Amino acid sequence: MSHLTDLPTWAAFAVCGLLLFGAATTLIGSLGLLRLSNFYERLHAPTIATSGGTILICLASMLCFAVLQSRWIFHELLIVFFVTVTTPVTLALLGQAALYRDRFEEQNGVPRKHKPDSEKSTD
Amino acid sequence: MTELAITWSVLLSQVMLGLAMACALYRIARGPRAQERILALDTLYINAMLMLLSFGIRSANTIYFETALIIAVIGFVASIAFAKFLMRGEVIE
Amino acid sequence: MRTWFPYPLLSLTLLVMWLLLNQSLAPGSILIGLVLGMVLGWVTLKLHPARSHLHRIGRAARFALEVIADIIRSNIAVASIILRADRVPAIAGFLTVDLDLEDENALALLACIMTATPGTAWLEYDRRRKTLLFHVLDLQNEEVWRATIKRYEAALKEIFHD
Repeated sequence: MSHLTDLPTWAAFAVCGLLLFGAATTLIGSLGLLRLSNFYERLHAPTIATSGGTILICLASMLCFAVLQSRWIFHELLIVFFVTVTTPVTLALLGQAALYRDRFEEQNGVPRKHKPDSEKSTD
Repeated sequence: MTELAITWSVLLSQVMLGLAMACALYRIARGPRAQERILALDTLYINAMLMLLSFGIRSANTIYFETALIIAVIGFVASIAFAKFLMRGEVIE
Repeated sequence: MRTWFPYPLLSLTLLVMWLLLNQSLAPGSILIGLVLGMVLGWVTLKLHPARSHLHRIGRAARFALEVIADIIRSNIAVASIILRADRVPAIAGFLTVDLDLEDENALALLACIMTATPGTAWLEYDRRRKTLLFHVLDLQNEEVWRATIKRYEAALKEIFHD
């Protein structure tokens, strides 16, 4: 905690605000894993943590180091870029895998192949 | 005054990230099925990465950044491998 | 230039990534980054990815802003659904929509956008019937979601058309 107090007041409050807000967003996203009722609903929850939480916390980190060390190379952008590009790929693949498994085991409430319906999933 | 606010807000955000990791861990332990566990593992990776970033901000040390990036990369590859494994279809838990 | 850098955009991205990782603008780093971009460009050439050309950079930028606004709005909506989940259970459901996108890269981009938006998740695209199956967390109004996908599709078609 020694270096953070060297920040000017405006930057300190901005960093803390972004950090708190990002952590809260991440918490809500992970809470979604507990509170939503089936897999396809839970699939939506982590995207909040990745899109909202990562961007806010990386912004806080960028601002902090930019002011502290007065450097303007933002390597946190790499994390933001990497996470926002890769998470949709993981989740889409996971959704496909889940759909495949549910069809294979003939679970109820999962849309059949080649049959467009918009039934509510109830497993 | 400012020092106190900074200390507490960084601590509070780390507690929130820890709770988020606990939620993901609960979902890993509870299941009920393999795809849920993998989804929770992916979330856990992201939360751990954010936790490391917040440690980096707290100690004003950029060494945590590399670790965070490596966790992000490894988490992505691991989740993709797991999802691909489920797609094979023969593996029913 | 094309023989040295078959995919200029990819090589440029790799160069920027390398410089950000090294956190330096020294001539040595730039040289290694250029070599890296060149070699990986050749490797990509061997993989024969589907090529498509970006048209209308201005339209693409406007589309990106539109998507970011949608993602922010959807973040807030999904967060409120999660927070209210114990009192008001979410009305989730599957939807299908007909797509008319030929370009592989445009389809991939649409998949990424839809999955990155917290409210919608891409599940399956049927190549023969050209229908997309996706899951929506807040199924109050089906037509709104279909209209959103159609809007994305129209924009991507405009950006990626040959």
